[in-house]
Amino acid sequence: MELVETLVRLFFEFCRVGLFSVGGGLATIPFLTDLGERTKWFDPGDLANMIAISESTPGPMGVNMATYVGFHTAGVAGGIVATLGLVSSSIVIILIIAGFLEKFRQSKAVDAVFYGLRAASVALITAALLQVAKIALLRPAQGLESAFTLYPNWIAIALAAVIFVLAKFTPLKKLHPICFIGLAAAAGIILQM
Amino acid sequence: MSILFDLFLTFARVGVCTFGGGYAMLPILQRELVENKKWATEEELADYYAVGQCTPGIIAVNTSTFVGRSQGGIAGGVIATLGLVFPPLVIIMVIAAFLQNFMHLQWVIHAFNGVRAGVVALIASSVIKLLKNAVIDWPTRIIYAAVLVLAAAGTFCAMPEGTLGAVLGFILSPVFLVIAAGAAGLCVRRAKGGLK
Repeated sequence: MELVETLVRLFFEFCRVGLFSVGGGLATIPFLTDLGERTKWFDPGDLANMIAISESTPGPMGVNMATYVGFHTAGVAGGIVATLGLVSSSIVIILIIAGFLEKFRQSKAVDAVFYGLRAASVALITAALLQVAKIALLRPAQGLESAFTLYPNWIAIALAAVIFVLAKFTPLKKLHPICFIGLAAAAGIILQM
Repeated sequence: MSILFDLFLTFARVGVCTFGGGYAMLPILQRELVENKKWATEEELADYYAVGQCTPGIIAVNTSTFVGRSQGGIAGGVIATLGLVFPPLVIIMVIAAFLQNFMHLQWVIHAFNGVRAGVVALIASSVIKLLKNAVIDWPTRIIYAAVLVLAAAGTFCAMPEGTLGAVLGFILSPVFLVIAAGAAGLCVRRAKGGLK
């Protein structure tokens, strides 16, 4: 009976996370911190581990985090229920918006809104790219006195440049993106990045 | 093959190939949806991301529901999303159950430092493809530059405390920026006489 209660609670807690976090998987972190404090299901140390593993395993980060927290709290059923909770609110909202947009697709006004919105969308993706690049291509200085200074990580920058050129300008661009991810992983191990 | 089954399999493949957040999913979506399946154009993908970024829920889930809905109705939206989350669900539970400490292995850390650099390159190449389709004239160039500067400021600059910080935080949030850009698009087309 206690398990059922936990599962129901997991579902609704992750519905809330899905409902209130707007953006990528990183946007769920403040809500998960709050969830951990309220429920004592996991502490900040657990959360840091979950973020590291979610980032480095296949799947969108937000989904991985929900599965991890659910599994940590209530086993396999918990993992499934938390993940379904996370996606259920999005599914309902997006289905409503998609239905609405389909109705007005022929409208010139909606077309004009998307004309502006599309440029903003690409700008937001570019901003996210900068954020990811900062984490992947820069590294903090060694030593305490300069803890806030970042230095270019030249090996990472060179690897990113090589993969960019391969994926964009050579015949290899026909390869599936996962091939380049595999290549990057191999390079990381060989170069001891 | 029924479209629902196809949606499930395709999004499961996207789920397996994505490392990181919804943005890391973009290169995979371009390959699977735009080039292979022709379920969406580059413009439509940018539209889905625009809506996905400013509506509740994580972008990856929002985008897959959107694409699934366009191909297979309501059932399609649900199935595509379940397809996306199915592989990570299994993988994460296996890892959580058996491999608690693999993040401390030195070669795993090296591999993921490499993967991060690779993901940056792939997202950059995706952004260039989207730019060609979304940023097409002077008004869109201005919108792109303005939103990029504001969004980057919101991400990289510390916000002041109190009410001012809250107001600034809202103005620099994706929700506000996307709505403002949509309004700007409407105004530009209206000024050009494209709307009756």
